[in-house]
Amino acid sequence: MKIVVCVKQIQNPEIPAAQFRIDEEAKVLIPVSGLSPVLSPFDEQAVEAALRIRDRAEEGADIEITIVTIAPKGARAAIKAALALGADNAVLLNEPTFDGGGGYVTARNLAETIRAIGDVDLILTGRQAADGDAGVVGLGIAEILDIPAITFARNVQTADGVVTVQRVLQDGIETVEADLPALVTISNELGKVRNASMRETMRAAKKPVKEWTPEDIGLDETQVGSSATRYELERLYIPVNEIECEFISGDTPAEIAATLAQHMREENLI
Amino acid sequence: MTDNKSGVLVVVEVEDSQPIDLGLEMLALARRLTGIMGGTVTAVAFGTGLETTGETLTAYGADQVLLNDNEIFTNFHAEAWLPDLSKIITEVEPALVLIGHSESGTDLAPRLAFRLDVDVATGCESIDIVNGRPHMTRSCFGGLAREVITFTKTPALATIRSKSQQALVPDMKRSAEIKHVSSILDVNAIRTRVVNRDREKAVGVQMESAKVVIGGGLGLGGPEGFKTLNEIAELVDGAVGASRAACDLDWCPRSYQIGLSGRTVAPELYIAVGISGASHHMAGCGNSKTIVSVNSDPKAEIFKSSRFGIVGNSQEIMPALAEEIRKLKA
Repeated sequence: MKIVVCVKQIQNPEIPAAQFRIDEEAKVLIPVSGLSPVLSPFDEQAVEAALRIRDRAEEGADIEITIVTIAPKGARAAIKAALALGADNAVLLNEPTFDGGGGYVTARNLAETIRAIGDVDLILTGRQAADGDAGVVGLGIAEILDIPAITFARNVQTADGVVTVQRVLQDGIETVEADLPALVTISNELGKVRNASMRETMRAAKKPVKEWTPEDIGLDETQVGSSATRYELERLYIPVNEIECEFISGDTPAEIAATLAQHMREENLI
Repeated sequence: MTDNKSGVLVVVEVEDSQPIDLGLEMLALARRLTGIMGGTVTAVAFGTGLETTGETLTAYGADQVLLNDNEIFTNFHAEAWLPDLSKIITEVEPALVLIGHSESGTDLAPRLAFRLDVDVATGCESIDIVNGRPHMTRSCFGGLAREVITFTKTPALATIRSKSQQALVPDMKRSAEIKHVSSILDVNAIRTRVVNRDREKAVGVQMESAKVVIGGGLGLGGPEGFKTLNEIAELVDGAVGASRAACDLDWCPRSYQIGLSGRTVAPELYIAVGISGASHHMAGCGNSKTIVSVNSDPKAEIFKSSRFGIVGNSQEIMPALAEEIRKLKA
């Protein structure tokens, strides 16, 4: 079985808000210096979901896990991280022409890459990238490839050409299945991700990484990156909503609580 | 605009035969936008038992209502919605399509965009019209930043965050054309099969409509902390929510999660207990009118958004607060 996991590398989303900077003029993120990019957390969980499928497979089952990413400026952090976790190989789209496409172009480029890889049974993506927060690309790939898609998975299993997914609902869980090939987007409820072992990390350096050009996926330069984009970023900014906080103190919890309750009552909040 | 598309089409979700609040909030947005860019407001609802839905949607701002009343739409299933919705949008030719940024909407909108070969802005907080084009403002970078985007193709699709808009006061005197459409769905074309659905029965006040929401986080120290929060919620007729971290530790049901990948609330009062205020949490509660927070860390980010703050141990403060509120309510 061939599994493709689409991943994105981003600035570590767990940095304190105070370190987060935007260049409003250029409408881009100013990277925090000295901070290595990471695999977007939901994508890391998509890699984990693929590895769990392989862990559960019968002895001798042939499961190949391929990582696909569009990485700007030759960056390889996401691919390295995914290979160190246990993926087998990777396809990297990192020519400058691939930069700055937006959801539509990214989905299209990834879909054509998956077509070029050929005979892919299962495609996994994170539910959304932790920088754009859009949640568009995964479903877009499925629509372009005309295959079924199941979103927000917390558990993915395959058997006999069928993928069975536990989907997270706001107030529960549903089980959905589809015939392969299919695409599944992974949610944080999948749970804890394994750590890269020393052995896999050493092996990762030797795993094959193909670098593809637009031509390799059957597209020309007008169909990739910013030259194909259909959206305009008008503005990018950090909202300011700081308000003056009135701190309430007192000698005992009861006294503090009484003051707060009084304030809330005076302001008609309770 | 270079084409003839005009007006706004709103996809209104229906629950138990009633349009959900988010649908009514989007109608208010659609009215405001058509007021600027012209065109009409079309409301579309799929579901069952839609006898009074047309009148309700009219009162809340629709000029035209299209109802697809069919048993196959009793439960949401993106693949079932897509053929009919694509057809309706192609026929109505709106300049902008609004879909709720809900559990269903986030599953539906990207598929719909690709099927129509247009683009979608997800999780929008506001939309303005500049030179006749929708400028959509959405949260990104886990809530740390906002971006304003426009699309070159029409219709533009946007999913709208719950509580980012305010529904209009219903005007029962408004009139609209209410049409029933019949489904073109070929059920054999549906490729994903729901084999089991297990929903928790909602108890107490719904988080999205509650005037007071109390959110619990890691600072509660364990699942017991939620008991006190529930007590207070009961006293003030509020609802209890949680941070992702608390849900991940199973201190509370998953359905409590407020934030980027959870629910969005905008109550009159949000009490954040033991929640640091990470941007992905604030994405789900940042529109609350007043925030009060209790946190042991005086430097916690949450205090920057709070009207009142208490630096202290929530396990001591909250039982005392429950007691004080009980006295006030007595």
